[in-house]
Amino acid sequence: MSSPKTPSIANLSRRRFLQGAAATTGGLVLGFYLPGRKTAYADTQSETGRLNGYVQIDPQGGVTVTLVHAEMGQGVHTSLPMIVAEELEADWQTIKVIKAPGEKPGPIAGAASGTGGSRSIRGQFDVLSQVGASAREMLCQAAANSWGIPLVDCIARNGTVQAGDKIAPYGDLAVAAALLAVPENVVLKAREDWTLMGQPTKRLDARIKVTGEAVFGVDVVLDDMLVGTVQQCPVWGGTLTSVDPAPAMAVSGVETVLTTDTSIIVIGSGYWPAKKGLEALSPDWDFGEGVANNSQIVSQKLDEVLNGKSVLVTDEGNVAQANKFVSNSLEATYEVPFLHQATMEPMNATAWVHDGKIEVWAPVQSAGRERFTIAEEFGVSEDDVTVHVTFLGGGFGRRSSIDFIRPAIIASKQTDRPVKVIWSREEDMAHGLMRPVAKGRFKAGLNGPGQLVSWDSRLAVPSISQQLAPERVSNGFDPVSVYGADDLPYNIPHKRLRYAMPDMGVPLGFWRSVPHSYTAFFVESFLDEVAHKTKTDPFVLREQLLAGKGRQLLLLERLKHESDWTQKAEKGHFRGMAFHECFGSMIGQVLELSLQDDTAFRIERVTAVVDCGAAINPLTIEAQIEGGIIYALTAAMFGRIDVAEGRAVQQNFDTYEMVKMGQVPPVDVHILENGPIGGIGEPGVPPLAPALTSALYAATGIRHRKLPLIDAGLTLLGRPYSH
Amino acid sequence: MAFNIKVNGAGHSVDVDGDTPLLWALRDSLHLMGTKFGCGISACGACTVLVDGEAVRSCTLSIADVGDAEVVSIEGLESVGMSALQDAWVEEDVPQCGYCQSGQIMAAAALLSQNDKPNDADIDATMTNICRCGTYSRIKKAINRVVAER
Repeated sequence: MSSPKTPSIANLSRRRFLQGAAATTGGLVLGFYLPGRKTAYADTQSETGRLNGYVQIDPQGGVTVTLVHAEMGQGVHTSLPMIVAEELEADWQTIKVIKAPGEKPGPIAGAASGTGGSRSIRGQFDVLSQVGASAREMLCQAAANSWGIPLVDCIARNGTVQAGDKIAPYGDLAVAAALLAVPENVVLKAREDWTLMGQPTKRLDARIKVTGEAVFGVDVVLDDMLVGTVQQCPVWGGTLTSVDPAPAMAVSGVETVLTTDTSIIVIGSGYWPAKKGLEALSPDWDFGEGVANNSQIVSQKLDEVLNGKSVLVTDEGNVAQANKFVSNSLEATYEVPFLHQATMEPMNATAWVHDGKIEVWAPVQSAGRERFTIAEEFGVSEDDVTVHVTFLGGGFGRRSSIDFIRPAIIASKQTDRPVKVIWSREEDMAHGLMRPVAKGRFKAGLNGPGQLVSWDSRLAVPSISQQLAPERVSNGFDPVSVYGADDLPYNIPHKRLRYAMPDMGVPLGFWRSVPHSYTAFFVESFLDEVAHKTKTDPFVLREQLLAGKGRQLLLLERLKHESDWTQKAEKGHFRGMAFHECFGSMIGQVLELSLQDDTAFRIERVTAVVDCGAAINPLTIEAQIEGGIIYALTAAMFGRIDVAEGRAVQQNFDTYEMVKMGQVPPVDVHILENGPIGGIGEPGVPPLAPALTSALYAATGIRHRKLPLIDAGLTLLGRPYSH
Repeated sequence: MAFNIKVNGAGHSVDVDGDTPLLWALRDSLHLMGTKFGCGISACGACTVLVDGEAVRSCTLSIADVGDAEVVSIEGLESVGMSALQDAWVEEDVPQCGYCQSGQIMAAAALLSQNDKPNDADIDATMTNICRCGTYSRIKKAINRVVAER
């Protein structure tokens, strides 16, 4: 289905055999290299040194797949092995999954590349297909050799090779296959021949996640380990002046109090003594200039920048000229607040610094990059750093960072013992990496019904890249701030986007769907306003603007059908819709709600149609879209981090409210496969907010241009039950 | 000081301060890691265990207050005849990240021990634990699956 590139695949079992080791006792081991963005490996390294994943067929017939990406709920622990198993013709029941690099065999350098951007399947599909197909070919060749028949007569099926009445399980062939060279040109299966991919497949990690056996970062236990907790200066950018450790040392179970320029780490026999010790301290902080910052200043800056100097991002046609001839125009301004990812598992990491080596166990999205960063920051060779990736209790973009690993390394280095450092929820909230505030102003030039002639847009958004990857910013422009508003799928003859970058003094980071979480809200809300202004049905307007784009039109058609859009809604029910393209996928949602009164509403249902090109595991896709919708609904309804005295106001789930069971609407997810493979972890998020506010407009005539909706006095009701 | 508590049917002596939450006694002293730390203020439910059959958020119950109550954590679910919930969770493919699911299952176990046939309204009213992955509708399906089999 995709043209195979030539990934680096090496027969590690043969390599070791040729080197004189009795390595083939492990069966067939194929190593592969999976490149990541900003990978930790220099290009000059040997091929073997760069390998970061492997597939092993052992003599007992077990198939082990290393998971090079982090499993944070998005289902790669199941969907990535499916790709291997499909081409390998493996028996799915024999698949074992282990995480790179903790359980690495010999020469695997380990270290996953970054997990994020809904890239795992897209990034690994080719190499995992190739590895699976290569192993299959080698097992078939081993069978052909042993039976003295041509390779073409051998068929791989369900963990065996068959030829006529001969049959050999993979385990019996693994040692012989290990001695063969990796074939040059393997043929991948045609899409219509897939038997596993495309089938709803239950998660391989479900059982251990319902018994408590799955090991998350906070669950790591090492011999002789201490447990600590950390407090960083509560004001962003502030430093620690001094602290008297005595009150903490007086708490039973506290072992030591460590300080850095910006933080205090209290270490003891467990989390509770460490936390009690930390709370007993009266540190003297230097808050610095940041302490003056607050939400009013943030809001003022956004306005200033939105109205000030900007960078021209896209400019098609001639907006100014076109606007001279339009019969009507429309203008609207939208705004969203800072948001925190609030993963269920608070930030934590475990480190053991010993014998000049740094070993880390962490729920981290970007182990490969952090391995590199740790080596640089602590002045050791990258070969002396190992990052074991645990299960992640949620990621959502927050765990692509070293900040929650650093305290554990410092603590282990100082105590010469393994140390796990767990952040309190309050610390986690205080030192999040926030989804930036964003404000956008949109002007449309209109000519008659549905005639959208010009689109003039302007965004003010502080830059994530400026803080985390400054090399991506040039001439005051950060592309990561505007994705979703820069490359509209809609045919509008004259369109323009300007961008301006305020500096807010607030730590920023990735939040599920990154800029799409606000660009879709702005763009799709404004399109809904255009539809109403021009008295055009929102679907019809988009169909006109997407004329000639078959894939998009098919999606809209399906969405209209599944949501019963063309049928009159039940009395008292109102609908809104939105469409968005992101992470290589496209998605539309229709939200139907009912009003109890002017301010209280209930979501009756959400219908989603996603075209992610190819559905590897439809169960995962449904779960990710459902989950994305709930994540987005929480944000649209309740999500807001305020700033006061240079710090985050919301500190825990009592003030950072979440959607709960009773408020969750029925969600229908429909999958289309009309293009190249797209991402799935994030696309569920963006259309929800504009579909919701458009439905509210249909219901009340009030357009909500600012999130969250509780600030407008709205209440999300639970489900009604007649019994 | 030492506290004697009953967890999953067995007695344990735990030498910690009396204000230590049950959660941290389970995790740091007994190394029963299935019960999770989420918020520390009884807001999220990730730390839910059964205490004499009631769903209790163990992050705010001090060990001194546990007394001789029977504590059941996710590791002991089978001992109270509730492992059907775990099977249903797997059947409905509930977990995503999975971090909150121990607490969700323990909350469901308390519900089912007190209400043989809860309806959807009962489930909504009782299941107030937070799931950031948004697995709520599958949790409800899994509970209903167990209820249907009763």
